[in-house]
Amino acid sequence: MGARDLLDFVWVVPALPAAGAVVLLLFGKRIGEPLSGYLATATMALAFLASVVAFGALLSLDGHERQHVSDGFTWMQAGSFQVDMRFLVDPLSVTMILFVTGVGALIHLYSVGYMHGDPRFSRFFGYMNLFAASMLVLVLGSNFLVTFLGWEGVGLCSYLLISFWFERNSAAVAGKKAFVTNRVGDFGFMIAMFLIFSKLGTLDYLNVEQLESFELPGSTVTAIALLLFVGAVGKSAQLPLHIWLPDAMEGPTPVSALIHAATMVTAGVFLVCRAHPFFELSDDAGTVVAWVGVITALFAATVAIVQHDIKRVLAYSTISQLGYMFLAAGVGAYGAAIFHMVTHAFFKALLFLGAGSVIHAMRDEQDMRRMGGLTRFMPVTAGTFIVGWLAIAGIFPLSGFWSKDEILAKAWFDDQYALWLVGAITALLTAFYMTRQVWLVFFSPARWDEPALATEGGDQRVVHDESPVAEHAQVGAHGEPHESPPTMLAPLGVLALLAAIGGFVNLPFVDEGLEFLTEWLHPVFEGVEEIHATSFGAGLLLSTIALVVAVVGIVVGRALYRNGLTAEGNDPGEVRLGPFAKVLANAYYLDVGLARFVSGPATAFANVLSRGFDAGVIDRAVVGVGTLVRNAGGGLRRVQTGLVRNYALGVILGAVLLAGYVLARSL
Amino acid sequence: MLAAEVTPPYYLTLAAALFTIGAVGLLVRRNTLVMFMCIELMLNAANLTFVTYAKALDDIGGQVIVFFTLVVAAAEVAVGLAIIVAIFRRRQNVTADDVDLLKG
Amino acid sequence: MEMTIFVAGAIAAVVGALGVVLARNPVHSALFLLLTMATMAVFFLLQDADLVAIIQIVVYASAIVVLFIFVITLLGVDQHEKLVEPHPVQRWLGIPLGLVLFGLVLAITRDDWVTGQQSVVGPLDTDRRSGNVRQLAEHLFTDYVWAFEMTAVLLVIAVVGGVVLARRSGHRAVPEPEAEP
Repeated sequence: MGARDLLDFVWVVPALPAAGAVVLLLFGKRIGEPLSGYLATATMALAFLASVVAFGALLSLDGHERQHVSDGFTWMQAGSFQVDMRFLVDPLSVTMILFVTGVGALIHLYSVGYMHGDPRFSRFFGYMNLFAASMLVLVLGSNFLVTFLGWEGVGLCSYLLISFWFERNSAAVAGKKAFVTNRVGDFGFMIAMFLIFSKLGTLDYLNVEQLESFELPGSTVTAIALLLFVGAVGKSAQLPLHIWLPDAMEGPTPVSALIHAATMVTAGVFLVCRAHPFFELSDDAGTVVAWVGVITALFAATVAIVQHDIKRVLAYSTISQLGYMFLAAGVGAYGAAIFHMVTHAFFKALLFLGAGSVIHAMRDEQDMRRMGGLTRFMPVTAGTFIVGWLAIAGIFPLSGFWSKDEILAKAWFDDQYALWLVGAITALLTAFYMTRQVWLVFFSPARWDEPALATEGGDQRVVHDESPVAEHAQVGAHGEPHESPPTMLAPLGVLALLAAIGGFVNLPFVDEGLEFLTEWLHPVFEGVEEIHATSFGAGLLLSTIALVVAVVGIVVGRALYRNGLTAEGNDPGEVRLGPFAKVLANAYYLDVGLARFVSGPATAFANVLSRGFDAGVIDRAVVGVGTLVRNAGGGLRRVQTGLVRNYALGVILGAVLLAGYVLARSL
Repeated sequence: MLAAEVTPPYYLTLAAALFTIGAVGLLVRRNTLVMFMCIELMLNAANLTFVTYAKALDDIGGQVIVFFTLVVAAAEVAVGLAIIVAIFRRRQNVTADDVDLLKG
Repeated sequence: MEMTIFVAGAIAAVVGALGVVLARNPVHSALFLLLTMATMAVFFLLQDADLVAIIQIVVYASAIVVLFIFVITLLGVDQHEKLVEPHPVQRWLGIPLGLVLFGLVLAITRDDWVTGQQSVVGPLDTDRRSGNVRQLAEHLFTDYVWAFEMTAVLLVIAVVGGVVLARRSGHRAVPEPEAEP
């Protein structure tokens, strides 16, 4: 079988988890724990193998040939509008399916241990598989509409999984919030698709050359690009649609790891990469993307430094790192964006799973101020977490160093020094808050065996990742925290390894000879102007600066948090920030402000439309037709007087009219 | 006396005049019996027309029609008067205006 | 000679017609009608329509008019009709319409009063060779026998209908029509 024939079977990759989802959602209860969990993991693992096969098949083709469209069926056809369900296998999609299925499989395995004892165990795995299937459809789509199908699917699964413990009101609300905010973004995506179809007549993905041949006006291209970016902003939680991601931490930790770190949120970046011709041919869209990304990155990093909940720190961190990816995409360094996406998947999933492990051990305690000193009890978790910490901080030679540095370097060499600067400051903050987290949780003296502390003086809502089954613990009374079971530790180990060595797929040495990933992705981004380092020395200098920045962040973090909290039980950073801490803690009151706006002016406006226009104009018109007919009937009814004489008059009148007609004819 | 010959147009004009008088009478009078009489007047005018044409066109068909019209008119009068009697048996004045059950 | 008869008859007919319409008392109307009917018979005779003329007198002038007078007497409607017209539209629209109709008829015909094919059914017996009655009878009983029989049936129906409608049924009260607002 030739490579292309093999690639025709790429539909197997999403089909496996889809089948798993169907089986688990229909028969889950009967299959029961832990078999359903292993089944779900198995489908993911098999999908991973299938992805590897696809990778191999694609690799066997020549560089420029590496693009295969596997024919599906005609999905819809209406006149000149035709959309086919087809999958596009090229370096970008193969990269995506590899890490989606790979990391996904690891997280599924982890969940078997994490979700142990949950009454809806099988349903959880059904949803997870469904999510994976949707995500795979999203990245494999050969046109915007198939991608949109997956896009909506992951949005749905995100809602289902965030509000998995829906008995808790906050979880249900968070699920709704995520869905609705996503929808706002989806609206932009849809308008973009309408525009694309009306101007290009097709929804297939094009490369730069093909798009150029359409000779669209610049404003149209920019409009399409920006609308697609709106969709990406919603899905990837950038400003101003970031509000759903911190609340999404209500879902179980594996969900946060899979969906809100490694995969779904990266869909926005993926979309921008897939639609890169629009961004390349537009003058301003790229700039908008880059700036939104970097501002979001900075914003999220500032908020992360005062969060008390272990998962919220990671949530804001995700938002921040996604900002980096958009920064890269905005300046045209798509390869760097994908590189960071992959490394981020590794270390962020690792960090989330590690956090889950800690939460599990702390019997669902999530407030970092009540942790500390856990290295002794959870060595594996601590070790892997440390690897993740160093990776995200950007310490040589871990993966995060390479990918983050590449983004910053590309920004610098594209002469966008302002972007570089903001990115560098954010990197400092990233190192700082992650260090803070590591110290508060692991290295600082233990605080969980003290009696209940003075209640936190902040407005922060500590998100509780607890199932209704678990008790809300005062940990000290129940014994010491223990390490997690092997099903949870194994994935941590694998991810730690990947986070450590993942950077080596794209080393900026030997005149790009070792930049495997970028080279691999090159055929996808043909026509994009590449950004090159002005000299090797300049590149080296920038890397060194990046490293120094990271180290500084770590040093400051350690200095502040070496002893955990202050003597009074306050957060040292908060103390130093004073009143500003409260602003940060509430994320600059953006969320609150938005809520006030929606319930106030927005609702008022909606009422005007609903009562004034809908009820007043449209309903009146419809009812008016009926009334008109009735009144006309009522009027005409008066002809029926019931009097014979009137009727006779009518007859004579008719006769006269007829005679008149005859006369007129004969004239 | 009058030297002119009586040509068909004379009869036809007369018939038209009688018909019109009958029609107007039907519209103006309220007494049902008088209305009925006006209808008979109109029928007569039509009969005159037919007979005139029979003569003018040298065609017996006109008279045949008149024959049948007479028969039908007789039957119609019988039934019509029976109806009037049935409706207005109790009352003393019979006006057409009193029967307006079909008023919409 | 013919013209004299015609003019006299015409005046009588018109007077009779107007009398029917204008007379206050219905009995007077009936009598005026009688006048018009008789004049019609004269006209028929003038036009060589012998049988029809006689039938006119026998059926119309006597039977029908007498029937009218019977009913008038039976119902006691010889009282005067009120002068006030409750629906003026009848008068104001009716009279002009009538006049217009008359005018239109005249206008339509103008010069050509008689159009049509000669002797479609059969020629008149103008020189009185076989007699008008015989001629008419020949056509009635051969060409139009079907219609003739139908009229016989019609007369029977009329008789039955008349009897049914006018009888007072014993147990069932004749429903009084109610005046509805």
